[in-house]
Amino acid sequence: MTKIATREAYGNYLVELGEKNKDIVVFDADLSGATKTGIFKKAFPDRHFNAGIAECDMMGMAAGISTTGKIPFASTFAIFGAGRAYEIVRNSICYPKMNVKIACTHSGLSVGEDGASHQSIEDIALMRVLPNMTVLVPADANETKRMMDAALEIDGPVYLRLGRLATDIILPEDYQFEVGKAATLKDGKDVTIIAIGLMVERALAAADDLAKEGISARVLNMGSVKPIDRAAIEAAAKETGAIVTAEEHSIIGGLSGAVCEVLAETTPAPVEKVGVMDTFGESGKALEVLEHYNLTSDAIVKAARKVMARK
Amino acid sequence: MENLEKTAKGIRRDIVQMIGKAASGHPGGSLSSVEILTLLYYEKMNVDPTDPRKEDRDRFVLSKGHAAPVLYATLASKGFFPKEELGHLRQVGAMLQGHPNMNDTPGVDMSTGSLGQGISAAVGMALGAKISGAKWHTYALLGDGEIEEGIVWEAAMAAAHYGLSNLTAFVDNNNLQIDGAITDVMSPYPIDEKFAAFGWNVIDVEDGNDFAQLREALSLAEKCTDKPSVLVCKTVKGKGVSYMENQVGWHGKGPNAEQVAVALKELED
Repeated sequence: MTKIATREAYGNYLVELGEKNKDIVVFDADLSGATKTGIFKKAFPDRHFNAGIAECDMMGMAAGISTTGKIPFASTFAIFGAGRAYEIVRNSICYPKMNVKIACTHSGLSVGEDGASHQSIEDIALMRVLPNMTVLVPADANETKRMMDAALEIDGPVYLRLGRLATDIILPEDYQFEVGKAATLKDGKDVTIIAIGLMVERALAAADDLAKEGISARVLNMGSVKPIDRAAIEAAAKETGAIVTAEEHSIIGGLSGAVCEVLAETTPAPVEKVGVMDTFGESGKALEVLEHYNLTSDAIVKAARKVMARK
Repeated sequence: MENLEKTAKGIRRDIVQMIGKAASGHPGGSLSSVEILTLLYYEKMNVDPTDPRKEDRDRFVLSKGHAAPVLYATLASKGFFPKEELGHLRQVGAMLQGHPNMNDTPGVDMSTGSLGQGISAAVGMALGAKISGAKWHTYALLGDGEIEEGIVWEAAMAAAHYGLSNLTAFVDNNNLQIDGAITDVMSPYPIDEKFAAFGWNVIDVEDGNDFAQLREALSLAEKCTDKPSVLVCKTVKGKGVSYMENQVGWHGKGPNAEQVAVALKELED
């Protein structure tokens, strides 16, 4: 199977969107090769703007240009877009509800060799706490495209979390994505695995392994982290009674945090978290780093067994 | 000119009154930039109070957002919203927030308050106008303390890089910031040479509280067609209210009723 990174799908599809919508402009901060906005630059050199190594100003410029009717997509690595430029995103983009699409690549540990300084494990938490912000995390190339379509439908800020690592396409070309809705990729009755990003593929593999043990696992793709699908989470709690969350992000404040907030409010149920355990990452080949930090289908299987025992 | 002086005086009275009523706000840096805003809104900018977001309007970004009272008083005086609103500054439910929010207040082109961010947004606006072939101009007002923020220089670099001659910035060089004189806290001097080194067309204004000098500087700025321009304006913090002038203590507090009365007497027509 051909593998394709969500950043690659983003770069390619940006050109298609740019052909249809002439108001789309793209900002980058000296990483257009890595974020893949360079593909857009090649197609539309007059609509691609480099901010240089100045992520804060990139976000500020994107905010400003959005007031002139342009629709900016601003890209850099997640650690810089959500981290370094955080307060500009908050005050100049989210507070005035600017129509800015922030598409950050190199999220999570799968950045690999560059190590902890470049591995963003906090960006979902940082972005989802902002009023007016929509947070979308695609599981593969196909979902990336649908989320970009959805982002354009929203008159306001969107954070799109993309990855560096080439991964399998696990969702069909005609996959339907709706903001605020989870997708049930596999139904089940004993436990629910709620996953995002590259952990969705691992969640599906874990469900297959659990099936061999006679455990029926539901798999939800929760690509719309904000707004989150409360109904799907509540139904999972009522119908399966146990939840595993799986994300390439800190276990604090990200998907697991969002899921637990819903559960604690309306439908308490035991939860086990697969994610980065409140620690920084390190250098290594992406898959080896993921393995080292237990972001694997095996870890999800173990978490499922554990959470079922807590029912 | 006489009319502008009169208008400026009225704006000063509104500033003192609204901050006094709110018992909170930033009088010093509002009063120092009254002439800049008055000239822009009364003589320079193409704006329409009945259509605050008309597409071809000139834009103004108050990058030093804490000087919101001078912007509010100017906008109210132009008729963007009823003057009564000034009496509700910083109150729950009111349209006049402590720092400007474009979605609350008609005529405000950018939400600001976190220093340095406004100029960055202004660069984005000017870039948007340039690539669209639009003729409108973007103006931004920076504080001299504000330019200690790193993003200001990121934005300055970008404005020059993209040749944004449709952008004019003002630096309200009143020489004081919250903790003291800017030279004591963190000197940004030489301001003019810094902007020049970043590729801007720089015009020094000896007295930024003088309409004639500001007008002359703006006409010089307009002659420059390949760079953004900045007017480095020497101003007096607290200008027009004797006990506030050049007093750092009046950066961010409201005068009491007695002090308001004294100020209003000084600002009588």
